Amino acid sequence: MLRTLRQRITLTDIFIWVIGLAIAGVVIWGTIRTLELGQYSGSTWLDLTIKGLALGGVYALIAMGYTMVYGILKMINFAHSEVFMSGPFTTVFVALGLSNSGFLDKQPIISLLIMTLVSAGISTTIAILLERLCYRPLRSAPRLVPLITAIGASFFLQYAFKGVFGSGVYGYPEIKSLEQSWTFGGIQIYETQLVVIFGAIAMMLVLFGIVQWTKIGKAMRAVSEDKEAAELMGINVDRIIVFTFALGGASAGVAGILYTLLFPVVNFFMGFFPGIKAFTAAVLGGIGNVPGAFLGSIILGLLESIGPNLFLTGLGVPSPSQLKDAIAFIVLVLILIFRPTGILGERISQDKA
Amino acid sequence: MKSETSYWVKTVQNGLIGGAIAMLLSLIGIVLAFGKTYIIIGLFSMGQVFVFTPIILESFVSARKAPSKNALTLLLLGGLSGLMGGVVLVVMIALQQVINLRSVLINLSPDLIALLTFKLPLALGLFVLIIAAVVIGVISAAFLLLPARIRGALSQAILTIVILGLFRDLIVTVITHWGFVRYAFLWLFALSGLSIPGVIVVFVVVGGLFYWRLGRKPKPVVKARTIQQQRLIRWGPMAVLGIIGLLLPVILGSYFSEILDNVGIYILMGLGLNIVVGFAGLLDLGYVAFYAIGAYTLGVFTTSEAVGIWHLNFWAATPIALIVAVFAGVILGLPVLRMRGDYLAIVTLGFGEIIRILVLSDWLKPLLGGSEGIQRIAQPSIGSFIFGNQQRLYYLILIGIILAGFISVRLKDSHLGRSWMALREDEDVAQAMGINKVATKLLAFAMGALFSGLGGALFATKIGSVYPQSFSFIVSINILSLIIIGGMGSIPGVFIGGLALVGLPLLLSQFADFRYLIYGAALVAMMLVKPEGLSPEARRRLELHEEIKEVPYEEPASVLKTPGELGGR
Repeated sequence: MLRTLRQRITLTDIFIWVIGLAIAGVVIWGTIRTLELGQYSGSTWLDLTIKGLALGGVYALIAMGYTMVYGILKMINFAHSEVFMSGPFTTVFVALGLSNSGFLDKQPIISLLIMTLVSAGISTTIAILLERLCYRPLRSAPRLVPLITAIGASFFLQYAFKGVFGSGVYGYPEIKSLEQSWTFGGIQIYETQLVVIFGAIAMMLVLFGIVQWTKIGKAMRAVSEDKEAAELMGINVDRIIVFTFALGGASAGVAGILYTLLFPVVNFFMGFFPGIKAFTAAVLGGIGNVPGAFLGSIILGLLESIGPNLFLTGLGVPSPSQLKDAIAFIVLVLILIFRPTGILGERISQDKA
Repeated sequence: MKSETSYWVKTVQNGLIGGAIAMLLSLIGIVLAFGKTYIIIGLFSMGQVFVFTPIILESFVSARKAPSKNALTLLLLGGLSGLMGGVVLVVMIALQQVINLRSVLINLSPDLIALLTFKLPLALGLFVLIIAAVVIGVISAAFLLLPARIRGALSQAILTIVILGLFRDLIVTVITHWGFVRYAFLWLFALSGLSIPGVIVVFVVVGGLFYWRLGRKPKPVVKARTIQQQRLIRWGPMAVLGIIGLLLPVILGSYFSEILDNVGIYILMGLGLNIVVGFAGLLDLGYVAFYAIGAYTLGVFTTSEAVGIWHLNFWAATPIALIVAVFAGVILGLPVLRMRGDYLAIVTLGFGEIIRILVLSDWLKPLLGGSEGIQRIAQPSIGSFIFGNQQRLYYLILIGIILAGFISVRLKDSHLGRSWMALREDEDVAQAMGINKVATKLLAFAMGALFSGLGGALFATKIGSVYPQSFSFIVSINILSLIIIGGMGSIPGVFIGGLALVGLPLLLSQFADFRYLIYGAALVAMMLVKPEGLSPEARRRLELHEEIKEVPYEEPASVLKTPGELGGR
């Protein structure tokens, strides 16, 4: 009995557990210390929570692209962060045009819809081109090959956009009618945050509906289950894959516009961090799983906005919000170590992980 | 004939794609950046090469894939494809005249339009542009009609002219040091690019040379050689390379030595990453972390500033830096060992970013200096000989490269090297064969971290200071690209990749703005066309081209001839 136990638990496991427990200990201790200090009031925490929810909503829409493509092709579309970037970065010129002509102030809702459509259209185009030119020829190649292609495509797209539109930072025009904010019992809620949260939920429902209840969604699920069998059942696998990329691209484009409502500046590098974080969120929820991506994104958004202040202030770390990106990465490392299937994920066999 | 009409449609498509690529290159700014870099003085510039190459290629492809081999049809197809390419460019220019796109597309400047329209008045220029595109299309189709020998000679001659023109500044700088010999060569070059007589001479000489070479019958490859001869063949080139390597900084002077140092550090790290990615197949995107750890450890231990501790010298601090880097490699390696491929890539990327964020943060500022970094790092010295300038540092880096190269070569076919490759090919089978997965993978990570840490330490010494900005994700991509372009797992490939990807952008300042664009495109193109790299490793080539089962020599009859046994796996 003891012998089998000893064989099953290796030194590596012990080491990993020690690291995990150490991090958990630091988090708990930091939280207790921060709350003891009482530096932040309750309303600050609620403010951060709402910020985190909005951020999580944006991550959720980006994460959809990762998770759906992973579900079908079992590859990480590394260039998805650039699919996300291409939409809002191009749309900024449309937005500036609308703003200069005064249309944006007169018809903010129609303008926002136009911007969303343009952004989604461009992101979708980029996603489809990516699939057609880079990934399709490599579908049967060894695993590392498409991944390296994706990294190359990501860099190519980043610097191509930099070359075409310049390396500067462009600011989105302010939408005056979304400037309002309300105060409920000391918590300030901005209208933009509400738009982002509800926009993200609406888009998520649309995507979930497409995947769950339409015929093409059924085909998508069939392809992700078993590509060969789906093909034998008369499903055009190529078309389904293109559709998946298009859907992911469209959702990333919408996410892009919502993101600019929260952070109204764009440049060619803007896709990198949201992309990685959305991927983290997709893994956290269980990659390949649509509701999981949503859940993971919300959790990650909250962790990112509350986490640094909650965990690190008490430990005496100065300006903890500098470390918010590191928190996302640490979360990623921890999930991949302890629960690579994610929160809602099914058991992924060894060769997939 | 339905298939033929559909082929004309296909040609139009090809032409439009060529035009679109040319347009993209123009809008990205490459064309204008090379607009003043003449290949042939006064005639055409590298910018025009960039514009017309896609059109040439698409016309050539259109003609080559044509179902009919009728000469007139081919020329027409080429012309049509060229026409379409030209039309795309003309539409772009015309659009700019109607609505001002400049505020969005920053490179669509009057300069670019002047370049594309050959500095003629607009209407005439557009007309000439279309005509030029058609003529170029026809010529590239006509290329197909030539005999292979002439075609080979022509393309080599043109390629040589473009390369000589592009590198004119460098070649001239080097030539002027050559005493009276320089007069034999200098007249080939003009102020920018080649001079007209130079072009003619190069064209005739190179073309003639290749025409002659292509006409020769290949000699039998196998030849009886004595052991002395074999030894000479094996060690002779290496000795020559070694002597050249030792003399390089003296020949090239301090400016080129700096470039050489940069290339050297990247090659050193490339050799390390080659072990991790090439040998063991673990895609590490956070390789920059160990580079940063090596550089910062050296910085902290040797700086004379207040942030430093112990104030050691280079020779004492480097081993510490290496130990810390290896330790970090093991720490990272242990938890990620169970992941493969994609996940491993993302986690290592995350690790690299965590290190950069930590270094930048206020939290570690008292130790690592935050965004101001660490300055005044001591220069290494032996006795009174200080490795103070770039030429002297080169030798330090050279020692590092030789060490890394030697270890790589020896490890590659060792028991450990074969274990790495077995794990790369199939983990489960490798484990079943008794390979200790944990130890083997950890050793790969540790070796990689060791060389990266050494690279970091040398980098910190070379610059004399360390800043967090030097350790962004892009460095990892840089190193990854160079080993992939060179050929994963191939040691000469690392050198080729390093010289091409790090050396070229430093030598040609116009490339510097586009280097990551070119890296990205090169990675994608490489994976699509030649995934085994420029200087492929034999085993990797077999793996990626499994359909090729032919064996180049005649087998003895006793050997089993089932095709499956020759595949290498």
